[in-house]
Amino acid sequence: MVEAMRKLRADAESYQGWWSWLTTVDHKRIGVMYGVTAFSFFLLGGVEALLIRLQLSTSNGQVLDPDAYNRLFTMHGTTMIFLVVMPLSAAFFNLLIPLLIGARDVAFPRLNAFSFWVFLAGGLFMNASFFTGGIFQGKLGAPDAGWFGYAPLSLVSTGQGIDFWAFGLLILGIASMAAGFNFIVTIFNMRAPGMTLLRMPVFVWMTLVTSFLIIFAMPIITVALFELLFDRLYGANFFNMAAGGKPLLWQHMFWLFGHPEVYILILPAMGIVSEVLPTFSRKPLFGYQFVIFSGLAIAFMSWGVWAHHMYTTGLGTIANSAFAVSTMLIAVPTGIKIFSWIATLWGGSINLKTPLYFSVGFISMFVIGGLTGVMHTVVPSDYQQQDTYFVVAHFHQVLFGGAMFGLFAGIYYWFPKFTGRLLHEGWGKLHFWLMFIGFNLTFQPMMILGLLGMPRRIYSYGSGTGWDFLNMLATAGAFLIGLSILVFMINVVVSLRRKERAGADPWDGRTLEWSLPSPVPPYNFAEIPTVRARDDFWHQKYAEDEEGRPVPIVAGGAYQAEEEEGEEEAETGHGIHMPSPSFWPLIAAIGLPIMAAGFIYQESANLLPMIAIGAVITIVGIYGWALEPASE
Amino acid sequence: MTLAESRGIKRPPEHEADARQAGGRAHPGPLEYTRIGLILAVITAVEVGAFYMDIAQWALVSILVVLSAVKFSLVVMWFMHLRFDSRLFSGLLVGGLMLAAALFVVVLSTLGGGLT
Amino acid sequence: MSHAPAALETTATGIDNRKLLMWLFLASETLLFGSLIAAYLLYRGQSVVGPYPEELFDIPFTSVSAFVLLMSSVTMVLALAAIQRGDQRGLRIWLFTTALLGMLFISGQAFEFTEFNREGLSLSSNLFGTTFFVLTGFHGAHVTVGVLVLLSLLVMALRGRLTRSQSMNVELVGLYWHFVDVVWIAIFTLVYLIQP
Repeated sequence: MVEAMRKLRADAESYQGWWSWLTTVDHKRIGVMYGVTAFSFFLLGGVEALLIRLQLSTSNGQVLDPDAYNRLFTMHGTTMIFLVVMPLSAAFFNLLIPLLIGARDVAFPRLNAFSFWVFLAGGLFMNASFFTGGIFQGKLGAPDAGWFGYAPLSLVSTGQGIDFWAFGLLILGIASMAAGFNFIVTIFNMRAPGMTLLRMPVFVWMTLVTSFLIIFAMPIITVALFELLFDRLYGANFFNMAAGGKPLLWQHMFWLFGHPEVYILILPAMGIVSEVLPTFSRKPLFGYQFVIFSGLAIAFMSWGVWAHHMYTTGLGTIANSAFAVSTMLIAVPTGIKIFSWIATLWGGSINLKTPLYFSVGFISMFVIGGLTGVMHTVVPSDYQQQDTYFVVAHFHQVLFGGAMFGLFAGIYYWFPKFTGRLLHEGWGKLHFWLMFIGFNLTFQPMMILGLLGMPRRIYSYGSGTGWDFLNMLATAGAFLIGLSILVFMINVVVSLRRKERAGADPWDGRTLEWSLPSPVPPYNFAEIPTVRARDDFWHQKYAEDEEGRPVPIVAGGAYQAEEEEGEEEAETGHGIHMPSPSFWPLIAAIGLPIMAAGFIYQESANLLPMIAIGAVITIVGIYGWALEPASE
Repeated sequence: MTLAESRGIKRPPEHEADARQAGGRAHPGPLEYTRIGLILAVITAVEVGAFYMDIAQWALVSILVVLSAVKFSLVVMWFMHLRFDSRLFSGLLVGGLMLAAALFVVVLSTLGGGLT
Repeated sequence: MSHAPAALETTATGIDNRKLLMWLFLASETLLFGSLIAAYLLYRGQSVVGPYPEELFDIPFTSVSAFVLLMSSVTMVLALAAIQRGDQRGLRIWLFTTALLGMLFISGQAFEFTEFNREGLSLSSNLFGTTFFVLTGFHGAHVTVGVLVLLSLLVMALRGRLTRSQSMNVELVGLYWHFVDVVWIAIFTLVYLIQP
């Protein structure tokens, strides 16, 4: 057995080069690819944001023409939601879930690889739309109907931008669904012995809840997108008023998906913060059950609040009131979480490291986002705020101030686990302060601008409006955020070149991943652990004195012993079966954008062969996948 | 079987695992399946018969909805083994159905349209 | 249908990984078909021009094809029962019959679509055409995928590569097939039998 493990380790070392990345089914490598890809899209979406802010920095801005402006804000929103926050969360699911539950990989490693390749294909396909409008004549392609693509605006939009957008989202939906199924099965079925549901780390719970939201919300937007495409490409009438169709159906379906989607974006960040805070307060999470059950409550209630996006569409007083009440109620479980986090910090022995900075930043900014959200639930108030910059400020407060701060907390926290190097603290804190100040400088002025009446989605405003100064502040803040991201990238480069190794447990962590060497070996656990408590690893390291204070278990305790004896112990266990690498998921993914392009251009050229080629590639990929053995 | 025990076993005896999934009872045999198939055929015949009878629309709608719900339940309970398998599966299907029903009842009632 | 590595070990819940995956997939499919059926119901009787459903529907014909699909569910489950008792001959016969009935259903739908089209109904003619073709088309696509997978299983069975220990493959395809069947039970009632 020891021989077998040595061989496995040698295999892992020889398993390098670009081909190994294309065929990998290792959840950690897939997680890294998810993260790097999503971060690249983050830079792209960020540049789009900066262009928008440049245009709006002064009245009568001349940087962008109205057409380019529409396309840029559409792509900015779409990119940040579907190509940044969702896949960054997926990166953490991939990296961490098997480690946190004590498994060697996810339940379906090749489905996991497929999910990543489909995501990459969808992201590239979506962004390929930029080149469809005659880029060489200086005209941008890309969708121009907003990330919500309201009908009938999305129907009358000319060019192929919206088609690329809709097919792009369909492809990305496949990626999310595949990941959603995979992580639910993994969390239910792959838990180590003793890892009961109520011993699972909160991040695992939030991943489970998010995955359920994904698999139930995605089909709705899938149907809506198909309906939109049938209308656009084949003259169907779903949203065609002349034939009796109701454009409002789109809004319902979009927000039926769209509001659960908001929680799909924020719950993973909440999970990350729930892991970071206990570690850096050296205290268990306050009210573990409450945090979990409020997460479940949020997920459940998120299905009953969609129409608060639609107060001004004339739903009627009863519907508006009902949705106002349900939306106010959803603030209750959210508030429970916030109190739990604060109570976790309270009385802890605080270890003020960068991950904690970002977590506290998350809490404070998310509270503002949540409270402004509650302001929107009040129908008459919402009538005033609808389509103003107040709304823009609100959801950036949640999605950037919330989700992105939480995700950065996770990056700083787990970076050493997967690279073997800590991110540099000095650069990290500089990154935090620049981002925190830049963020507030960008979005607090937008709150005021919105209340002053500045509408969203306008490419320019007149000089007599009095909005110049606040807009200039917001633009300055946006560039400060840009600078902070630059600092982060420098930090990554500098830190990766550091000689100093992080060690297995640099933060004195509580959960299973910190019991493993950094970086984690391909098979994760030499021996599948048996879990005896929540925060199991912490209890291996510390006992409690009479007053409940942690007392280190002296050398030779459980933790030390396990690391040294790992290989010998494996002798008594059963063999390690690692899934074999496979290129079939990649092949299956490649066919999808080819098919989509065939459908879009079928009108102008007879592209049935192209659709057929795409379909054949995907089918060949799936058959190859089904027929090859999963592990040797 | 406890978790620790189950982990110790590398590969459960195959045929036993086929018949008894966790939390489930043995699946029925061909005879029961055929019997259910016959019932389904009869119900379909009744449905089509009701369609051609001269009865009030509300009565027809109620009869048809009830009968198709019975058919639906027979297939999922017997052929898809929900009667015998883990209750998690039933929960997933019923949860999905109820969610879809609840959401679209609200959408249809705000937008107009519906069964009658 | 992948041969999941986890089949080598028992799972934490004791539930087969792939079976759980299939049920999760089917649960999410309820929302897909729910959305499509909702669109049909929303626009029922709202078409501003013809042709209207009551002029086109051929209830006896559709009843036969609904019956065909229903019976294919019976033959599917018989195929499962066959492989579970190691009856290879029964497995092949029932898989073949199920695929055949599925193809019969698809042919019926193709015939119905062309017939309706000849009488002036298209995706763009009115709301009925739009919602009817998209709903039943999505269902037909699901049946088609099912037939392809059934034929793949049949080939495996004929080459002796579908043994008793792999009955889960048949069970999973069966779950999908029955689900597609129950969706048609709903469509047959809501679209064909209950007319405005």
